[in-house]
Amino acid sequence: MKKIAIIDYGMCNIDSVARAVEKLGTEPLITDIAHEVAQADGIILPGVGSFADAMQELNARDDLIRTIKTRVQTQDTPFLGICLGMQLMATTGFEGGKTSGLDLIPGTIRRLESVLAEERIPHVGWNEVNQVSPSALFHDVEDKLDFYFVHSYHFQCDRQYVLAETPYCGGFTSVVGKDLCFGVQFHPEKSLKSGAAILTNFISLC
Amino acid sequence: MLAKRIIPCLDVKDGRVVKGTNFLRLKDAGDPVEIAALYDKEGADELTFLDITASHENRNIILDVVKKTAEQVFMPLTVGGGIRTIDDIRGLLNAGADKVSINTAAVKDHEFVTKAAKRFGRQCIVVAIDAKKATTPGNTTPWEVFIHGGRTPTGLDVIQWAKEVESRGAGEILLTSMDFDGTKNGFDIALNRAVSEAVDIPVIASGGAGKLEHFYEVFTQGKADAALAASIFHYKEIAIKEVKEYLAQKGIEVRIT
Repeated sequence: MKKIAIIDYGMCNIDSVARAVEKLGTEPLITDIAHEVAQADGIILPGVGSFADAMQELNARDDLIRTIKTRVQTQDTPFLGICLGMQLMATTGFEGGKTSGLDLIPGTIRRLESVLAEERIPHVGWNEVNQVSPSALFHDVEDKLDFYFVHSYHFQCDRQYVLAETPYCGGFTSVVGKDLCFGVQFHPEKSLKSGAAILTNFISLC
Repeated sequence: MLAKRIIPCLDVKDGRVVKGTNFLRLKDAGDPVEIAALYDKEGADELTFLDITASHENRNIILDVVKKTAEQVFMPLTVGGGIRTIDDIRGLLNAGADKVSINTAAVKDHEFVTKAAKRFGRQCIVVAIDAKKATTPGNTTPWEVFIHGGRTPTGLDVIQWAKEVESRGAGEILLTSMDFDGTKNGFDIALNRAVSEAVDIPVIASGGAGKLEHFYEVFTQGKADAALAASIFHYKEIAIKEVKEYLAQKGIEVRIT
């Protein structure tokens, strides 16, 4: 059975991610211990809360960060960041002050700014994910399906890392990817069948 | 486009689902986990549990209900009712809730909203506002905030309070019209519109849903982002699926399953 490390860095509500991957036939390993992460087949970084607070928690575990980076950058271990976890993959965040991120995918995290009067922030609810670049993450996942979002900030990066976009606030990047390193702005663990399909595809890479 | 959300609300007392009329009379009906799974099948976009357990000893039952539900249903889950401390919030989030809805505690200590949003992120802090047409002599505000399940007037103006909780970090507002709740005569359009126009965060309209048209009205004229209802779904007077098909036909963006 595949072991999926779910990084627990004190930002709460990771059980739903664990339950979702468990239901898909893997063994979730909720942990912040480096040597456990070193043995996992895949790594998921969940998270809700603010960028600066989250990085503070992660930076307090420097061996954990080192292990994650080693596994992702030199051992091709599949990695999935969810919501805030996706944002933490960027180079820099601006929520709660300018803060350095994990820098797994070059990018910046900025606040959403509404373009249309009816666009509220946070962006909460079900919205389309328009696939703009083919990815193993989208295997058998129909284009333009709705996923559940809840966030106020978004990932800005070079086009080459954009896998999907969502039409809100002028359009923002909802899925990023670089090799086997992925980030999704929505919550697959809360997106019923569509979410389960994305998680299944991630697990199959592990 | 961002879909308008249809949210069934389950009033939970001592671990069982009940539904009140005008917040005072209650009937018994059902197991929360079973009902949650049913709503999932019907196409609900989220679920809200309102814990109306009165006795302090039984308050932990909701944690068990949340946990069991989250194990079965992979959709957003909000829990409200009786939340007073940061520890209460942590307990619910750890049990599997995605959002908590705070009402009385926010009014009693405005700083509580700020602290909760800072600790857990604004996306999981919903402030519930129970609004009633102001009738207190000398009161010039159109709607007044009530607390304690609608029993206690606070003198707070609903619009001002909505703006305040937004600035303190609330991620959404759950707006219940005490005047319309249980009437099935439709949502309070004027109230929802006034609050929606005053804040930038999403507003969930609640209280008064009785017919399909009511949902259309609250999303268009009422400018709501989501609509919450309990009894019409609970007693199967209208199916969630029906509401969504009706709205889609009328050109409202909804998530069709």
